[in-house]
Amino acid sequence: MALPDRAPAAIELRGIDKRFGAVHANRAIDLVVRRGHIHGIVGENGAGKSTLMAILHGFYQADAGTILVNGQEATIRDSRDAIRLGIEMVHQHFMLVERFTVLENVMLGAEGGPLLARGAARARAELRRLGAEYGLGVDPDARVADLPVGAQQRVEILKALYRGAGVLILDEPTGVLTPQEADDLFRVLRALRDQGRTVLLITHKLREIMAVTDRVSVMRAGRMVAHRDTGATTPAELGELMIGRRLAAPTPLPPMPAGPLLLEARGLSVRDKAGVERVSRVDLALRGGEILGIAGVAGNGQGELLEALAGMRRPAAGEIRLAGETVFPAGRFDAALLRRKGIGHVPEDRLRSGLLRQDNAAATAILGHQDDPRWRRGGLLSPRAMAAHARRLMRDYDVRPPDPALRSALFSGGNQQKLILGREIERDPKVLLVGQPTRGVDIGGIDAIHQRLLAHRAAGRAVLMVSVEIEEILALSDRILVMCGGRIMGELAAAEADERKLGLLMAGIAQEDAA
Amino acid sequence: MTEALDILLPILAATLRLATPLLLAALAGLFSERAGIVDVGLEGKMLVGAFAAAAAAAVTGEVMLGLLAAVAASCGLGLVHAFGCITLRGSQVVSGMAINIIASGLTATLALAWFGLGGQTPPLSAAARFLPLSMPGAEILAGIPVLGRLYASLVGGQTALVYLALLLVPVSAFVLARTRFGLRLRAAGEHPAAVDTAGVSVTRLRYAGVLIASVLCGVAGAYVATAQGAGFQRDMIAGRGYIALAAMILGGWQPGRILLTCLLFGALDAAAIRLQGVVLPGIGAFPVQAIQALPYLLTVVLLAGFMGRALPPKASGQPYVKER
Repeated sequence: MALPDRAPAAIELRGIDKRFGAVHANRAIDLVVRRGHIHGIVGENGAGKSTLMAILHGFYQADAGTILVNGQEATIRDSRDAIRLGIEMVHQHFMLVERFTVLENVMLGAEGGPLLARGAARARAELRRLGAEYGLGVDPDARVADLPVGAQQRVEILKALYRGAGVLILDEPTGVLTPQEADDLFRVLRALRDQGRTVLLITHKLREIMAVTDRVSVMRAGRMVAHRDTGATTPAELGELMIGRRLAAPTPLPPMPAGPLLLEARGLSVRDKAGVERVSRVDLALRGGEILGIAGVAGNGQGELLEALAGMRRPAAGEIRLAGETVFPAGRFDAALLRRKGIGHVPEDRLRSGLLRQDNAAATAILGHQDDPRWRRGGLLSPRAMAAHARRLMRDYDVRPPDPALRSALFSGGNQQKLILGREIERDPKVLLVGQPTRGVDIGGIDAIHQRLLAHRAAGRAVLMVSVEIEEILALSDRILVMCGGRIMGELAAAEADERKLGLLMAGIAQEDAA
Repeated sequence: MTEALDILLPILAATLRLATPLLLAALAGLFSERAGIVDVGLEGKMLVGAFAAAAAAAVTGEVMLGLLAAVAASCGLGLVHAFGCITLRGSQVVSGMAINIIASGLTATLALAWFGLGGQTPPLSAAARFLPLSMPGAEILAGIPVLGRLYASLVGGQTALVYLALLLVPVSAFVLARTRFGLRLRAAGEHPAAVDTAGVSVTRLRYAGVLIASVLCGVAGAYVATAQGAGFQRDMIAGRGYIALAAMILGGWQPGRILLTCLLFGALDAAAIRLQGVVLPGIGAFPVQAIQALPYLLTVVLLAGFMGRALPPKASGQPYVKER
């Protein structure tokens, strides 16, 4: 398997440095990746992992430092250079042309001549061979748009192998996969390693590092802080290295007496603009003092459900009751009305619908509550009152930097989220709807946000949380609903839930079938 | 039989003649949009091409020099569009509209300055125009009643550019579907980042798409001024560039279907000319404008209801910016 240490490293980085304006994304990075290893790189969001890999793949150029490939100094100015050196990347957002077939995607950039016909025969044969060798079977004539996400990822890997990747970089490859699909991916990665190829796995999930890597490097705030053999480390140690302090072990939720029924949906269906049913006859009930987690692979209707409950989308059918009052179907149904009646909403896509990117933090801090008399003076908004309010929120919710005049887009993901969360919780909503509470948030921020959600629960309010992070769902929820294909696949109490059960439900396999 | 042929043949022949500039321009739009660059400047590039062709042909008396001048002029404008849209990442629609406005003013001004004929070029002699070609063996076949006439005035009797335009339909289809260049060009219009990460330059592909479009627009312009007409007149493209754009959309960005829509629009145009001045009982003079509006109406109605949704290249209209 792994070659002796004397062989030249597949990749060696020395003193790689990269700045984007004021942001020092990579500081003097050293890294040795042995050939035939699966090498993990972990770090919080924003630690500089993706930048480092983009430099290795030629997407950016380092300001300083050298790259050695197989012991030879290499210049990587663009993707073409990287490909020539056998370095291929599977991007987090797939680089696949959806309207092309698998074959066309694999051939793009490596067509083997000005006419496609000749190269196509070769590519077909090679795809068959690679498919059999690594368990990467995909129909070469299928359109990529018609393939499930897991298969699309296999196409990306095939594409890399077809071009002769000696080093394969995977950037957060499991974000869009169910746990079972992730296990399949790991099998493929192990097969690649056993054939002598080198895999670089970038992730922030420690479970994956422990499951599949041989060696792991930890990044924090643009620096490489540690290298470990995976067998000689623990998730706890890696977690501490990632955030630079000790992590509290997850604690069971303190029990809460069952509160009044605050939110109820019956037979709720939601269609998108094209008329496709995204949410199908969903029933749910939510009581005070409870966090209901909605799990599922991204894009299975959770987002649409959340938007319907928040009043942003009109359901196609069904009923919604808020604290006993029917709010749908009723004469008027919109987000402003529901907010007045006690719904708070932290939207899934914070950049699109949670804040005013180009406006300052003070504006974001009153967004959706702009009619509140607290910052109205004679029919106009008072900038001074808005700024005072924003400063108060920033202090209470530890938003940094606490500057109401700063453009919303310039805050880090975690601080944007804390500001939005503060804005919504500050009004003490009966029901707080939260979508992807910690997407793009660093670990320190995650903890603060989780504490806020738990505090809202402890105050006897109800929280409905949609998240694709299974760990988050398991850590915070009293009950868990799993969605797949717009339906509720099953409900689990927190005590009986684990990753395996959730994974099967997320994949659309009902409990009876799984048993 | 012969009477029906007497009416039908001229209309069919006119259909081909009128469809040709639409076809050339629509294929131009196709190559540009498949590469991801929206081209509303077809009209302007055709106009500049028409003027350059007529001016060069009038001065030199050589029709081929006219064609070359048309292509060069159109490519000049195309490069402005490409630089603005690809290199500077500006708005493609705004740039295209600017090209149309520049072309309209520039051609009229230059024509007045150079020739002083009220914004026209001098009428072209026969040598400075594309003339209808007679098909080999047309005289021999002339004896056969229907076939002979069809062969002489529909298959034959057209200018070289008509045949060129028709030939370009299968050629375009082949290039797009079966060649490395076509695959990359289409990918650049669908998902440019995928092209970039495959080690291929998006910028070069998009420039190539715009340049091919410019060459075709130049030919289309030369056709209007030196084959269909005999000289340049102010704003003589008269909306054909926009109709070509409609034909491209209605043709679903596919060469074969674009040919069909261009023929349909050409037939409508031929019918409109034929019906000009015809007095209908009860209505009066035939409303030719109604037919002239049909291409636009058809495009809207057919796209809205009957043909399902036409899918434009996914990334067309979007400048390619490397993202973090």
